[in-house]
Amino acid sequence: MSAAPDHSPTMAQASLSQRLAPYAPVLLVFALMAFGLIAIPSTSSWLTLTVSGLAMGMMIFIMASGLTLVFGLMDVINFGHGAFVSVGAFVGVSLLLLLENMTGAPSLALNLTAMMVAIIGAMAATALMGWAFEKVIVKPVYGHHLKQILVTMGGLIVVEQLIIVLWGPEEIYITRPEALKGAVTFFGAALEKYRLVAVGIGAVVFLAMRWILRRTKIGLIVRAGVENGEMVEALGYRLRLVFVGVFLAGSALAGLGGVLWGLYQEVITAHMGNQSMILIFIVVIIGGLGSVEGCFIGALLVGLLQNYVAFLEPKVALISNIGLMVAILMWRPMGMIPVVKAK
Amino acid sequence: MSDPILTLSGVKTNIAQYHILQGVDLSVPRGQVTMLLGRNGVGKTTTLRTIIGHWRAHEGSILFDGEDISRLPTPAIARLGIGFVPEDMGIFADLTVEENMILAAVSGPINSARLDWLFTVFPALKTFWKKDAGTLSGGQKQMLTIARAMIEERRLYLIDEPTKGLAPAIISTMARALRELKDQGASILLVEQNFSVARALGDSANVMDDGRMTWSGEMQELATNADLQERLMGLSLEAHQ
Repeated sequence: MSAAPDHSPTMAQASLSQRLAPYAPVLLVFALMAFGLIAIPSTSSWLTLTVSGLAMGMMIFIMASGLTLVFGLMDVINFGHGAFVSVGAFVGVSLLLLLENMTGAPSLALNLTAMMVAIIGAMAATALMGWAFEKVIVKPVYGHHLKQILVTMGGLIVVEQLIIVLWGPEEIYITRPEALKGAVTFFGAALEKYRLVAVGIGAVVFLAMRWILRRTKIGLIVRAGVENGEMVEALGYRLRLVFVGVFLAGSALAGLGGVLWGLYQEVITAHMGNQSMILIFIVVIIGGLGSVEGCFIGALLVGLLQNYVAFLEPKVALISNIGLMVAILMWRPMGMIPVVKAK
Repeated sequence: MSDPILTLSGVKTNIAQYHILQGVDLSVPRGQVTMLLGRNGVGKTTTLRTIIGHWRAHEGSILFDGEDISRLPTPAIARLGIGFVPEDMGIFADLTVEENMILAAVSGPINSARLDWLFTVFPALKTFWKKDAGTLSGGQKQMLTIARAMIEERRLYLIDEPTKGLAPAIISTMARALRELKDQGASILLVEQNFSVARALGDSANVMDDGRMTWSGEMQELATNADLQERLMGLSLEAHQ
């Protein structure tokens, strides 16, 4: 038996900056929190703002994660992604209104059951809508970015109008389930219960996605497909089916994000998905196209920065996220953790 | 000549407005190594990509074991038992060596006996098993891409320039690996610019020019005929000795 020649490369110890480079995006989140701690005069205010920022970031992550995978896997720019956020919010809130006696009862179990029903209903509805959206709107324009932008934007407008037809043009106000109202006090800081729940749900979604992507074969196929879809197909995997699955999952997650965002704002409108697209795109771009981890870190940065800046200098809050995007892209032009290579 | 496992008849492939393949006829005998030779840009890579379905043949037929695969999608073609090693290697750089191999084992978990065999052929893969494939050297990446195609037994291997840009020691490793594959009875269609490797491995040879097959015959005949080489490929045997 013949063997390859033995390689015994000598390896020099990488410098500290080289070794820290892969962790720099994560460290950036902690650096931002440390900045907040220094800049915000009261520790309790900092803690409140940090939890608020994390909750906001988690919700943005849930809404954006599907978009980044869809772009990474099939090179599809879906400007209609916000439609799933809106539909998810309307379906979820409608279910919560139907279950008013459960959400109004002073019972955590009943409240959470109602929330679960709303979330499952919203995710099922947006997954179904995602399937139709992909088949009718996205599939005919694979490989044509300009057409994708135009046609998915058109799809978003159509869905918004359908929401107005079905639910009416007025804003719908919603109160949170009884057990999720109010705040808990922790080290003198008032932490809204709902935000803590949102942080928990976001963390669970992120860990679940990470586990699926890292530990399962379907996750391997998705990660490989983001990198080189042609080669994945040459191995024998039907990437188109995987893509449809990812599109459905991404739509369902956007629906979940819509429910959480609606309850966070306590008001929903047909245009809420469209409005959230700016934040979603910022997060996807600074995270690095196709990267779930990058999207997660980007969302946390956006959420934290917006809350800190809104407290410190409210007028600057409007441009803080754009400023963050500019700074990140100057540092890493392909985003923090790019997966999709330049095409 | 044994019965062909793959037959291309009058295959024409256009890429945008360019007519790359202009009626390719090719036969790959079962259990042999068939060389596809020719200068750069004559359509060798396009021929392989057309067979695997990355490019669609506009005319002609591609019969694999008697079945026309010219209209099948790439995954369906691959699942018939065709392994493909592209010219750019197609390594998943962000996945580890292990994950690359798990992914290549399409029909289920990796066969440990076959993996052990691959480790003896390419020991570097074992050394870097848990490393990201993107951190490997060029030669190690090439070993990975060949090993990935070999992790499951395929009926036909399409291999595009496996020795391109590699150091001589790695080239001989590649050649030995392909020879072992050949000894196991695999059918291989191999695009190769390195004439020494082609001469050592090939049973039959096909020379392309300008999107067509200009010569087909025994590798031995081409290897021993300097005039033929000069005429077909602008090569002289002496230049490759």
